[in-house]
Amino acid sequence: MTHSTWIYIIIMIITTNLIRVIPLTLIRGQIKNRFVQSFLYYVPYVTLAVMTFPAIMEATNSPVAGAVALILGIIAAFSGLGLFPVSIICCVVVFILEFFL
Amino acid sequence: MENSIAFKKGLKDGTPIASGYFAVAFSLGFMAKKCGLSPFQGFIGSFFTRASAGEYGVYSLVVQNAGYLSVIAMSLVTNLRYLLMSTALTQKFSPETSLLKRILVGCCVTDEIFGISIAYTGYLNPYYTFGAFAISTPLWALGTTTGIIAGSILPARAVSALSVALYGMFIAIIIPPSKKDKAIGIAVAASFLLSWAVRNIDFWGQFNLSSGTITIILTLLISAAAALIHPVLTNVEEMDS
Repeated sequence: MTHSTWIYIIIMIITTNLIRVIPLTLIRGQIKNRFVQSFLYYVPYVTLAVMTFPAIMEATNSPVAGAVALILGIIAAFSGLGLFPVSIICCVVVFILEFFL
Repeated sequence: MENSIAFKKGLKDGTPIASGYFAVAFSLGFMAKKCGLSPFQGFIGSFFTRASAGEYGVYSLVVQNAGYLSVIAMSLVTNLRYLLMSTALTQKFSPETSLLKRILVGCCVTDEIFGISIAYTGYLNPYYTFGAFAISTPLWALGTTTGIIAGSILPARAVSALSVALYGMFIAIIIPPSKKDKAIGIAVAASFLLSWAVRNIDFWGQFNLSSGTITIILTLLISAAAALIHPVLTNVEEMDS
């Protein structure tokens, strides 16, 4: 069965906005459960990490170029560079390496 | 009068956010193009969703032809932090703020707009958030559309290079907190390792899990494990103790 792209988009829009709105209509106080708070604290980083690797190696024509972009991107971010410098470094690394690979 | 001043301040504070959004959305558009979205679909999806990781996750399900239930699960998991942000915002409203305005502010929540709204002095004037929304949302949607169009006209070599732009941004988001908080760093390292292992070790092939499903399951399991092994101290507890 082939699904409709529009239905994917509509489900995404409804679900994402419900997540934003539900606390504002239901929750009056703060979430006190320590496990839930800790869980929500880790989720954004874990989900981005899981989506980045190994997908970055599959996005490029050459998997090696993707892997090198990942490593240099991590080093760049670790040394304090921001969102756009890191992103540009990754793109340039792939662009250059794919001349040779 | 007071509302119009707040709105204009929101427009002003939202401008740097908007220009950043254009660049991130452009990279997102590149991925959306690979997943088969049209420029118009990208515009509508981005305008009404405004969630980079969430949109990317769902668009990757489109290309896998995954079931609709997994779209709900993916949206929930990748955007769980908005639940926390909206919860924090409940504490920021004047008691007179109407339910409708609270709901509309909730719909505006993104990482950045939440950030400036929670930093607003005193009770949040909803028009401040609406101002930031008004300038940043069109640029987010236009960025996505531009990325999708660029993805179809640029040469293959440039497309391959620009395909890592979004991942580069993800790396720049997860590495600095990993450096600051060792627990996040370990969780991120475990995520890289397990994500690679589940997708590449033959044993898991028999379960026939889609890449999107793997993302959802791993996020839930690793975050739960991290929360159990290393719970964070909450503000509430710090105040209580």
